[in-house]
Amino acid sequence: MNAMTKSAADLRRAARNHILAPRLESPFHDRLIALSEVNDWYNWAGYKAPHALFDGELEYFAIRSTAALFDISPMVKYRITGPDAGRYLNRLTLRDVRKLGVNRVHYTAWCDDHGHVLDDGTLFRLGENEFRLCCQERHLPWLLDSAFGFAVDIHEETEEIAGLALQGPTSYAVLRDAGFAGVEALKPFHIGTFPHEDGAVTISRTGFTGDLGYELFVPRARALSLWDRLWRAGEPHTIRAIGYGALNEARIEAGFIVANTDFVTAEGALRADRVRMPDEIGLDWLVDPDKPNFNGRRAILDARRNQSLKHILVGLEIEGNIPAEHAIVYHRKKHEAGLVTAAIWSPTAKRNIAIASLERPYGSKFTEDLWVEIYAMRELKYQKLMKRAKIVPRPFVRLARRTASPPGLA
Amino acid sequence: MQKYDALIVGGGHNGLVTACYLQRSGLNVAVLEKNGWVGGAATSRELTPGFLYSNCSYVCSLFRPEIMRDLELPKHGLQVIAYEGGAVFTRDGDYLASYRDHDSHRREFARYSKRDAEAYERYARDVTRQCRFIQPLLMRTAPDPFGFRPRDISEFLYLAKKFGEFSPQEMAETLRFWTMSISDFLDEYFETDVIKAYLALSGIIGTALGPMSPGTAYVLLHHYMGEVDGSVGAWGYARGGMGAVTQALARSFEAAGGTIRTDAEVSKILTRGGRTTGVVLANGDEVRADLVVSNADVKRTFLKLVDEDTLPGDFVHRVRHFKMRGSSGKVNIALDSLPEFPALPEGSSCIRGDMHFTDSIERMERAYDDWKAGRWSADPFLDMVIPTTLDPTMASPGKHFMSCFVQYCPPKLQGRDWTDADRDAFAETVIGQIADYSPGFRERIVHMEVRTPREIENEVGLTEGNIFQGELTFDQLLFNRPVPGYAQYRSPISGLYMCGSSTHPGGGVMGAPGRNAAAEILRDLKRSPEQMSKAHDVI
Repeated sequence: MNAMTKSAADLRRAARNHILAPRLESPFHDRLIALSEVNDWYNWAGYKAPHALFDGELEYFAIRSTAALFDISPMVKYRITGPDAGRYLNRLTLRDVRKLGVNRVHYTAWCDDHGHVLDDGTLFRLGENEFRLCCQERHLPWLLDSAFGFAVDIHEETEEIAGLALQGPTSYAVLRDAGFAGVEALKPFHIGTFPHEDGAVTISRTGFTGDLGYELFVPRARALSLWDRLWRAGEPHTIRAIGYGALNEARIEAGFIVANTDFVTAEGALRADRVRMPDEIGLDWLVDPDKPNFNGRRAILDARRNQSLKHILVGLEIEGNIPAEHAIVYHRKKHEAGLVTAAIWSPTAKRNIAIASLERPYGSKFTEDLWVEIYAMRELKYQKLMKRAKIVPRPFVRLARRTASPPGLA
Repeated sequence: MQKYDALIVGGGHNGLVTACYLQRSGLNVAVLEKNGWVGGAATSRELTPGFLYSNCSYVCSLFRPEIMRDLELPKHGLQVIAYEGGAVFTRDGDYLASYRDHDSHRREFARYSKRDAEAYERYARDVTRQCRFIQPLLMRTAPDPFGFRPRDISEFLYLAKKFGEFSPQEMAETLRFWTMSISDFLDEYFETDVIKAYLALSGIIGTALGPMSPGTAYVLLHHYMGEVDGSVGAWGYARGGMGAVTQALARSFEAAGGTIRTDAEVSKILTRGGRTTGVVLANGDEVRADLVVSNADVKRTFLKLVDEDTLPGDFVHRVRHFKMRGSSGKVNIALDSLPEFPALPEGSSCIRGDMHFTDSIERMERAYDDWKAGRWSADPFLDMVIPTTLDPTMASPGKHFMSCFVQYCPPKLQGRDWTDADRDAFAETVIGQIADYSPGFRERIVHMEVRTPREIENEVGLTEGNIFQGELTFDQLLFNRPVPGYAQYRSPISGLYMCGSSTHPGGGVMGAPGRNAAAEILRDLKRSPEQMSKAHDVI
């Protein structure tokens, strides 16, 4: 016991020098820094992450035309195991985990007792009693407290596991040529385990781009060899490493939302009116009222029954080509109806698109005659534009190759 | 005999703030200070050649930015510089650091507990929510439930509206927060002793309560509310020591035409027919004015300076029982070189922040047990800063001034007065504790000033040496501070006002009591306080 205590104290002491590098370097940093031509970094959850590596616009076209490699290691990851792991996660999250087979992934979200969304993320079922939860924010106290009464072990593994997203039309070809035999059998949201060096890599057909794509997870120690394996195989398929700027454009086209960008998470909100229920951020389809009790169920169903939902998240198509980022949305050009949370000119759809949070009844009952006021700064002068906005379904870009099975080679 | 429009009894920071606002509003004001210098408990004094001492208050963050702007304090020399983090040293030779960088802060907590590291965010959010509620109240006069004039009603409605913006859960949280012990509160978030000890410090500083006493969670809030340039929860040093705050106020006041008289101790506040007529100084001089504003604490003002028989009995009873218990001391040290703390990595930023040696709440509570028994804590907790690591004006290069706030330290020792020998023995417990973590510390000491409640009361005039002019527990806040029915800076005697930290919103070098008192006085004079800006909005 004494020896154990001592080694815990030694480990703790050894970790004290973290302050010398306030921005962690991802397991792939050596490769990223070698490829970074523009040195454009940002802080992703305490990691040094590229906003762009060589040219944001060209990086975007790597996603949509060839293969793009994006480092997702900074994403927060929890490993959840134990005989009650499935039951626990079913209690925690909105979707029915009983319907999530082994080697399958689903997108889900979880709420506090008041039905306010704590985060969204992807849940990987790696075994009957083994899961990985990937998300934007940190939730360890919430996950541990929710485990009361369940035989389950929760382990935060963000720094231990390296992750890569390989996205784009040639992403399958890259994996095939890298020697991951059998990867062609993966359908969307399927997971496979493939040998890599003396260990294994977990590959899922998932991503954040709305394109054909895969996500790969390995223990930190094998990160660089995995990168090199993909890079070598990828060169004939025009693989490019990309930063978040390009990914963000692709995700908006795909209509995906980002926690604390498109909505404020319940544990992060200082102002009581900023929290959101799933139905208020377009996640109503995740809520499964027929499954056993889950956190926030009663509040969500009450809000539906009492029609007390206050907000709604919509996709907008805006006339013109000036992105409407953070613009105010108006009804009949005069009543404030909400706020644009993300907007781009879509290079693929050739449309001016946006994700907006509106205050009901705007967006629910009043869906016509919506406008956005864009302040476009041009040579130190605001060009104020009032542009018509139309509610359209998401995704804004729908690509057949995303779901094609077997996957295409280009 | 001189006559002024208004006299301020005591030249502390609040007295000077009131003086500035009144003088700028066209009154002829004199500040009467018993010491040979102004500043009260916000002073910088050269107690040994070459070293400036912030010998009472030692950090600055609560001081309201609106006041700094209104009174042009930057123009008169005030600069507040933010400082970085700090550390608690643990008995096993390690430490828990606090870092300004969000992710570094989390990783530091994660060295002790991954759970606590991720719990910090929720904790910070909850405390910040409470701060956002309370902060706008600082610069408003508390409503008086006894008077219930229209503006009291509207002030109550304001409070109710602020409270009403909370969800029912938040209201419940608020009530719990204002009444809980800091120890119970922290237990709801954290599991690690040293993390809880570090966060509990702000809940007991200056308070004659232990971390397990109900009501200490609010004291934490009072400290958390500070801000440096819009960064809430940040702390800073006044460049030139805390005296820079009061020196800038004094210059602002004199620039507006005000009079400061030092070595002018007020021995009596004169009254006739329920009105004040001025004061008598210790040397027998009388100074006349229809308005007298006391910066002294409520006990000193009404139990020493005013004839008791001119006051309502109930009021006097309440003042007597206002809790203003001495709980802390101060050891100020001039050092000929920067102390070393072998636990810290070389070049650590922690030495530029606040440092502590108490690594568990239980140790804090034991330290409080000593106070209850009428002894100074054998194992005290220190809040130690070395402002010269960031401020080049307080000592010559390489030399340092260290301020150690020490808790607990009773006003009397088992019923008897302090002696010089007691004071030296008290200092030894402090120096001994530092030396345990900093080899060679004693050899670096050039000069030392030790202040028990006895010295603080004698020099600064704070009853029992209580740094807040009355404890910040919920029973002594808002319309109950200092006395129900007299929470709006007025007293039972017409023309006599209070402006010290005994009044709402309480202690710390905040300036809000002084500013609010000036607002009430000007209201009574039917003058509009044109130079007084409203509190910044919390959005």
